[in-house]
Amino acid sequence: MEPALIDGANTGFILVSAALVLLMTPGLAFFYGGMSRSKSVLNMMMMSFSAIAIVSVLWVVVGYAITFGADQNGLWGWSSGLVGLGDLTNGATFGAVEADAVTNTYALPDIVFAGFQMMFAIITVALISGAVADRMKFGAWMVFAAIWVTVIYFPVAHWVFAFGVAEEGGQAAGFANGFFAEDSGGWIVNRLGAFDLAGGTAVHINAGAAALALILVLGKRRGFRKQPMRPHNLPFVMLGTGLLWFGWFGFNVGSTLGSTAYSGLVLINTQVATAAAVLGWLGVEKLRDGHMTTLGAASGAVAGLVAITPACGFVNAWGAIAIGVVAGAVCALAVTLKNRLGYDDALDVVGVHLVGGLVGTLMIGVVGDQTHLLEESLVDGGSLGVLGKQALAAGAVLAFSFVGTLLIALLLKATIGIRIPEEEEELGIDQVTHAETAYELGGIGGGASLTGTGLPSSSRVDA
Amino acid sequence: MRLVTAIVKPFKLDDVKSALEVFGVQGLTVSEVQGFGRQRGHTEVYRGAEYTVAFVPKVRIEVVVDDADAVDVLGVIAKAAQTGSIGDGKVWVTPVDEVVRVRTGERGAEAL
Repeated sequence: MEPALIDGANTGFILVSAALVLLMTPGLAFFYGGMSRSKSVLNMMMMSFSAIAIVSVLWVVVGYAITFGADQNGLWGWSSGLVGLGDLTNGATFGAVEADAVTNTYALPDIVFAGFQMMFAIITVALISGAVADRMKFGAWMVFAAIWVTVIYFPVAHWVFAFGVAEEGGQAAGFANGFFAEDSGGWIVNRLGAFDLAGGTAVHINAGAAALALILVLGKRRGFRKQPMRPHNLPFVMLGTGLLWFGWFGFNVGSTLGSTAYSGLVLINTQVATAAAVLGWLGVEKLRDGHMTTLGAASGAVAGLVAITPACGFVNAWGAIAIGVVAGAVCALAVTLKNRLGYDDALDVVGVHLVGGLVGTLMIGVVGDQTHLLEESLVDGGSLGVLGKQALAAGAVLAFSFVGTLLIALLLKATIGIRIPEEEEELGIDQVTHAETAYELGGIGGGASLTGTGLPSSSRVDA
Repeated sequence: MRLVTAIVKPFKLDDVKSALEVFGVQGLTVSEVQGFGRQRGHTEVYRGAEYTVAFVPKVRIEVVVDDADAVDVLGVIAKAAQTGSIGDGKVWVTPVDEVVRVRTGERGAEAL
């Protein structure tokens, strides 16, 4: 095979986007870490960092082969030549996708695409960790992450991201132009033809549904709804939000797989929807609680980023603003459901990622722009057709992820156990599991010092 | 000797310290404390969930003085710390049996 023509601008942008998307996971560690209590912030951040470690290795070994290998009935992929990225690391081709003969665009080596998509798998797993704060055995989390990404994420990512190769051009060209091969690739993107540019279903609905299933098996934190469990460091939450927001441009804009005018639309939509969601969340807070909070601004931003993720390439700026406002307001209301329904979703993975993902995925059917959908949404006078496809895609991912995760969690609970003992949870998982504490402060509140008294916080216990 | 203990608003610490220096007090001890009086605590909201923060940050000032000065010192602190709004704090006086200056071993009023 002749080496394909590589478009340097596209390829360079996707390489940078991969780095941006990776940065989201440390950003998430700060976002979640700041919201957790001071006695468990290290464990919370370690769940994100361990996801980077576990998923990166698994992605290279089998993840790419399952997600983007030869399609098996639209449900998963498999190419034994892609185990360990085999063919892609061959220096003769690097799996380069051929350039479109007419436009000479979207020529992107598969090995670059593989690196970019690796980062999506990492953050999807890390997102789940916010629900299990304070109480999940760390070893069980690592085993869970490995099993979950392999049997839930890789197949679902195939459903949504493995667009089949169309006759006219490479797979990326087909993706951008709306040409989908009917008989190959993942069933959601090709056979159903539902719209999800950057992973509202595969990433956010998937992680949110998994979080819900996992906490139903794991149980509530000790003192849930009785003890105060306020965030221990809101500046960390703001820092994490900033890193997530920054990285999200790699996530969404990079998902256009090129650096084109279309990428610019995605950038604008991502920004304006997120901004609108901040306003939506703060508006609900002002009306409901009387105060506009920092945590509300951060949460609104993340809710907006989540909701615009599937829609960022299928709406115009008005549609993006609408999705943002609705996502901010709806998620602000949704995070209080756990108190009424009694499930302990510690850092609101369900309320922000599942609900935000649903809002964005479904609203494509309402405010989608027909110049990008090539179909009519409700505002363009269309039928319920697009909305129906979106609902089916969202519902399928939700159901598969929820049931699959429930089974994995029950299996782990019955074998290695998934929860730390009560007294260790009370003392703090950082100290017990990781033999570290985040701060040398001690005193009243959530902190626990080595001596257990708070004074003196720095004496050597082995002296 | 008497121990004068004052719990005051943290931002009033400088005023109290200056007033005591003017009065002639030789030393004092300050600590950051938390508690509540009639002011009670306050409410914080995180993602729609209200938390009652029961304890308010205060500063505790402790001064050991001669019996004769105790009532005056109490008055000086109370005057300097007053804002007139709720939560200004309390000042009280307790008897002290003995005092030792660690460096010299002096005892009683000599040690102040």
